[in-house]
Amino acid sequence: MAFWASQSLNSLALGGLLFMLAAGFSLIFGLMRVANLAHGALFMLGAYVGLASVQAGLNFWLAALLAALAVGVVGGLIERFLLRRLQGRTLPQVLLTLGLAFIIADACLMVWGGDPMRLPPPEELRGAVRLGDLAFPRYRLFVMGASCAIGIGLWLLIERTRIGAMIRAAVDDMQMARAIGISASALFSAVFCLGAALAGLGGVLGGPILSVYPGLDADMLPLALLVVILGGAGSLLGAFIGAYLIGFVYTFGQALVPDLAYVILFLPMVAVLAIAPNGLFGRRLS
Amino acid sequence: MPDALFLSNLHVYHGDTCAVRDVDLHCMEGTVTALLGRNGAGKTTTLSAIAGLLAPKRGAIRFFGKPIERLGPEAICRLGIGLVPQGRRIFPTLTVAEHLEIAARAPRHEARRVWDRNAVEEVFPRLRERRRQLAGSLSGGEQQMLAIARALVTNPRILLLDEPAEGLAPQIVSEVADAIRALKANGLSILLVEHNIPLALSLADECVVLSSGEVVWRGCAPDLAASPDLLNQHLGVH
Repeated sequence: MAFWASQSLNSLALGGLLFMLAAGFSLIFGLMRVANLAHGALFMLGAYVGLASVQAGLNFWLAALLAALAVGVVGGLIERFLLRRLQGRTLPQVLLTLGLAFIIADACLMVWGGDPMRLPPPEELRGAVRLGDLAFPRYRLFVMGASCAIGIGLWLLIERTRIGAMIRAAVDDMQMARAIGISASALFSAVFCLGAALAGLGGVLGGPILSVYPGLDADMLPLALLVVILGGAGSLLGAFIGAYLIGFVYTFGQALVPDLAYVILFLPMVAVLAIAPNGLFGRRLS
Repeated sequence: MPDALFLSNLHVYHGDTCAVRDVDLHCMEGTVTALLGRNGAGKTTTLSAIAGLLAPKRGAIRFFGKPIERLGPEAICRLGIGLVPQGRRIFPTLTVAEHLEIAARAPRHEARRVWDRNAVEEVFPRLRERRRQLAGSLSGGEQQMLAIARALVTNPRILLLDEPAEGLAPQIVSEVADAIRALKANGLSILLVEHNIPLALSLADECVVLSSGEVVWRGCAPDLAASPDLLNQHLGVH
């Protein structure tokens, strides 16, 4: 019982982190048709910037905010000065983001070294909540709640605001959106910044759970890709449900049959792709 | 009256294929100009080039004297060219109200009439009833009204209308035609592409006939209506 309960909570916490990573990836892909392979590296960069800020004496929350902003700015620079030059050319764009992923990962290795480091959770979230004989780590409960709050915030932004309507219009028909005066260039920058900032925030919030180490990027990116393929690119709901599904499959796979964790992870995806090539909640993107 | 729109020596390609060859065209402010021709004559290509959706290979497009052939579609829209595209191209995941909200733009010139949500809902009362509905669930006629309304709230100085009657029931066609007449009465300049020749002739002041990407006839609408040979040869009607 305790095993199932605590692994379930671990699954939910991992699902929450994956959502923060995959939501931005999915938004960027839906709008710009760019598979941003640097997304895992941005997640790791966020974790390192957060860690460095905490080590420099900042409190956890300020460090998280700073990391999200810093990674958002990096994302904005990537979009404005690099991706923009390759607009409409899918293969060069993917190669560019892959190259950036290597560069960011190497830069992190150079600055912060190769030893895994643990980002301590904020003091008010240490310890566990006891329910009968079960103990739930406070921090993991918080991560789950934070990801739900971010999910609701994003949903309100996309579904209930004027800028969200512009984003949906551009996802539906980019050319037509431009023909009614919507600036594609401003939307691309805004969405790329937002997606990068979310990845950076996910990295900081993931630090106390996953710890911070070289290779964190390469561990997270395939999971994010799985989430997006499973949920459907461009769909926020798909990213949310996909993230929690992958969180459960991966956590329980590792706990029960560690040798087959990746097989268990990828098999359902093959099935989904065979039955619903656009993902569970995706629609065909032109 | 100044030229609202002036095209000269326009060449537009689809890949290697020349779709529009050496087209000259001008629309006077406050008039309706009809661009006619068979399928594949280059009508939609011409409108797409004006709206900035296709880059012309050669030639000039001037809008009230200002060259616009190198501008992107958002800049062209902001200058005052409203596009109602072929196939309507409404955004299926947006509500009717959201369409008008994201397209709305204050007029940047002395307008005879300011188009805001209330004004377009007056012309198309059905849109008011459907305000909260997703545009993907509207009927074809309602989608066409929405596409026109979406272009109007950008407060254009000229409206590019690409086959507004395509695929609509006769009763809806006359409803849309009445709306276009009302816009014309309001003094809006219109460049109209339409396959329904009687409808086009009833709305237009000037006509330009395209064939295989080239202008083969131009003149006023009554003259074209009185030339059965011309209609038969280039438009396939009597």
